[in-house]
Amino acid sequence: MAESTGVLEDPIRKPALVQGDNDFTSITNIVCKVAETPKPPKAWYVTFGISLGLLGGLGASIVYLISTGIGVWGNNQPVAWGWPIVNFVFWVGIGHAGTLISAVLFLFRQTWRTAINRFAEAMTIFAVICAGMFPAIHVGRIWVIYWVFPIPNQMDMWPNFRSPLLWDVFAVGTYFTVSLLFWYMGMVPDLATLRDRATTRIRRMMYGIFSLGWTGSNRHWHRYERAYLLLAALATPLVLSVHSVVSFDFAVSQLPGWHTTIFPPYFVAGAIFSGFAMVLSLAIPARELWGLKDLITTRHIELMCKVIMATSMMVGYAYSTEFFVAWYSGNQYEGFAFINRAFGPYWWAYTIMVSCNVLVPQIFWSKKMRTNMWVVFIVAALVNVGMWFERFVIVVSSLNRDFLPSSWNYFTPTAIDLLTLAGSFGLFLTLFLLFCRYLPQVAMSEIKGVMPQSHPGHGSSEPDPNPEPDPDSDTPPQQGALA
Amino acid sequence: MAKSTADSLGVENGELAEVSIDGRTMELPVYVMPGHAVGSVTLPLGYGRTEAGHVAGCWEDQVDPVGFDTYQLRSAAGFSAGSVLATVKGTGKAYPLATTQDHHLIDAVGMEGRDNRLGELVREGDLSEWKEHDDFAKHRVHSPPLGAMWDKHEYDGHKWGMSIDLSTCLGCSTCTVACQSENNIPVVGKEEVINGREMHWIRLDRYFQGDIDDPEDDIQAVHQPVACQHCEMAPCEQVCPVAATTHSSEGLNDMVYNRCIGTRYCANNCPYKVRRFNFFNFNKDLKEPRNETLKLVKNPDVTIRSRGVMEKCTFCVQRIQDARMTAKVEERPMVDGDVTPACAQACPTDAIQFGDLNDEKSRVRQAHDDPRSYSLLGELGNYPRTAFLARIRNPNPVLEPASKETKAVVTHG
Repeated sequence: MAESTGVLEDPIRKPALVQGDNDFTSITNIVCKVAETPKPPKAWYVTFGISLGLLGGLGASIVYLISTGIGVWGNNQPVAWGWPIVNFVFWVGIGHAGTLISAVLFLFRQTWRTAINRFAEAMTIFAVICAGMFPAIHVGRIWVIYWVFPIPNQMDMWPNFRSPLLWDVFAVGTYFTVSLLFWYMGMVPDLATLRDRATTRIRRMMYGIFSLGWTGSNRHWHRYERAYLLLAALATPLVLSVHSVVSFDFAVSQLPGWHTTIFPPYFVAGAIFSGFAMVLSLAIPARELWGLKDLITTRHIELMCKVIMATSMMVGYAYSTEFFVAWYSGNQYEGFAFINRAFGPYWWAYTIMVSCNVLVPQIFWSKKMRTNMWVVFIVAALVNVGMWFERFVIVVSSLNRDFLPSSWNYFTPTAIDLLTLAGSFGLFLTLFLLFCRYLPQVAMSEIKGVMPQSHPGHGSSEPDPNPEPDPDSDTPPQQGALA
Repeated sequence: MAKSTADSLGVENGELAEVSIDGRTMELPVYVMPGHAVGSVTLPLGYGRTEAGHVAGCWEDQVDPVGFDTYQLRSAAGFSAGSVLATVKGTGKAYPLATTQDHHLIDAVGMEGRDNRLGELVREGDLSEWKEHDDFAKHRVHSPPLGAMWDKHEYDGHKWGMSIDLSTCLGCSTCTVACQSENNIPVVGKEEVINGREMHWIRLDRYFQGDIDDPEDDIQAVHQPVACQHCEMAPCEQVCPVAATTHSSEGLNDMVYNRCIGTRYCANNCPYKVRRFNFFNFNKDLKEPRNETLKLVKNPDVTIRSRGVMEKCTFCVQRIQDARMTAKVEERPMVDGDVTPACAQACPTDAIQFGDLNDEKSRVRQAHDDPRSYSLLGELGNYPRTAFLARIRNPNPVLEPASKETKAVVTHG
């Protein structure tokens, strides 16, 4: 082995994507077991209970908000957008990794995506649900929110197509629809597997309805593969478009600190960064809890760590570019906005942002750290914290001091702000835990496709005929699993 | 008291300080006022409000009294309490003071940024400068040629506009009060002012010039009334998703309350930060039977806004409509002086002019054509509708030996 000889690892020899002595049947068993056991692990009940509690808090805070007014939050003049918009951008960003993993990596034939794509797509859907909630509840009069949709009406009154907020409605709406379709379509063969294995009437009916009469015939597979490819191609530009449009909310305005052309690429990189961090935060406990280590291997985790490191440096580059341009522009308002960001009253938020997003992920240069699950989990959590603060810095520190010093004011969040943020995590985790419990967490049909058994007689370099054992694997490695 | 006095006494803004004169002691909040005579303390006289019902002091409903009765520090010895030296010492207890500006004291980073831009926002010059270049104010800021993303509006009929002469403005805030009563602007109360949610449509921006930490420095205050500038290329209009704020055919930046859904994007994109949001239903108590008479306070020509909508200066659009109807009834065209917004009407020095910019002879048009006129933040390309007329200082050389050059003068040219 490379480590023992002290020589560099042979980069061509990659560990197999599926570890352990697994065949098609055992894969099906591993994944379906989660949805079929009568009792999930205790940890599931505990986290589900906490999530439900937080979800209740979210409901209560929204009822209080709608019955009382936006003033229950800390928003003021000049910080007219506070935490709700910070949370919105945060969640949209989280919702990025899903489609990137499923669509972009699919088109680039990155077969390692199969173990995590279902997971990531589910996370995307739930994150976008959380995100979509915020712009809706943050408006002053939610009862007329439908006016943002171009619905023909007797007044002949259309929304204002110049407003980036309207573009947002379309961008997020499209993204959600396509992601949902993509996720659901990819799940149909697996739902059919669950249907076929179902032991109770209700399970048979529910999985039956949602598997859309899938029989696994050759024609079904053919259409499915075509449609999946087409949807992947459709979803790929959305990965770039949705966060670009979200960034337009800021970039199109004329506020110093928002009015920046770098925002679209910077936001997309940040979104992928935070999305991957969230996938890791969820995947590491899940593979531990449900014994999915053979499918979501250390190699998968490592690859995601590399993506995080790469996007971290892109984000860091964007931070420095912003400063350079603020200085180079010679515009005193622009220059002040950035000096104020780093050294003004919100210096602490800026420090958290830079340390969590740029400094902390550098630890992943070391392979030892990338394969240590505790380190990876903590770094992923810190990245999520850092990315939340990035949005806080952008929204609040720009608004709190703009052109006229007479209007400058500090923003202080209220307890309701905190409850709403915590509650959105409750909503996210509740949905995610339900998904883990009742739906196939890993794309069984796809993962079978990357196993050696699906290429009999092929001496392809991947998977390796002599797979390197995964240090984290549940089952002892078996030489010659191919035979 | 002055900043340097507060520093030497070891007290901070908003801290309760123990003030003792001749054995009589009171705890009073400290309010730092740059430019105050160094080494002295001003105590505003008044009784405070102890039994004013729900506004201040109602023991039944546990409403605390407000204010302080500083008469308790005076004795029958005479009006002059100064014959005995007062001692002031900090208690470390905080007392919330509600102000509409500088909600928190500005740190060093902010002060530097503020000082750099001050000369461009409130443009001033002295007599000699004005004699040399009467349009000096226009040259305080130089920007590349301004374009426009959209076609400019054209106005065949009226084109309403405003001008504010900083030379005659006293900074008395009468305009703010007049506007508040004319336009049914809610009084939000101390707590919401502390939260930064005051609703004034026109406000008095006040800045201090000079080093407030230096007791020797002669601090000057400059001030500037700011209301909605009714920009020609209004940034707020572009970003509203439901087109609730639009341009009228007479140049007004209209706010359609019924259409507003309260995204507050317009407020974010307003460089003047003049937009005000109804964070709560500030008129809720009007529905209570005991408040029937309060309804009489309201102007029947102006909508009462509920929560969740944005509002801002309308140029008193109700007065424009009223004047239009009067002129129509009298079968004559509208003439200069027919329309006077509440702020202009209340201004004791006629610093605010309002009228038709299409009318060559109107006072507002003449003010716009004055060499002293400038646009606030005009370099952003918003084409604001309100012209400010730069302030000319002509200090008596005996009292104020050398006129201090503002930073903007230094940077110019």
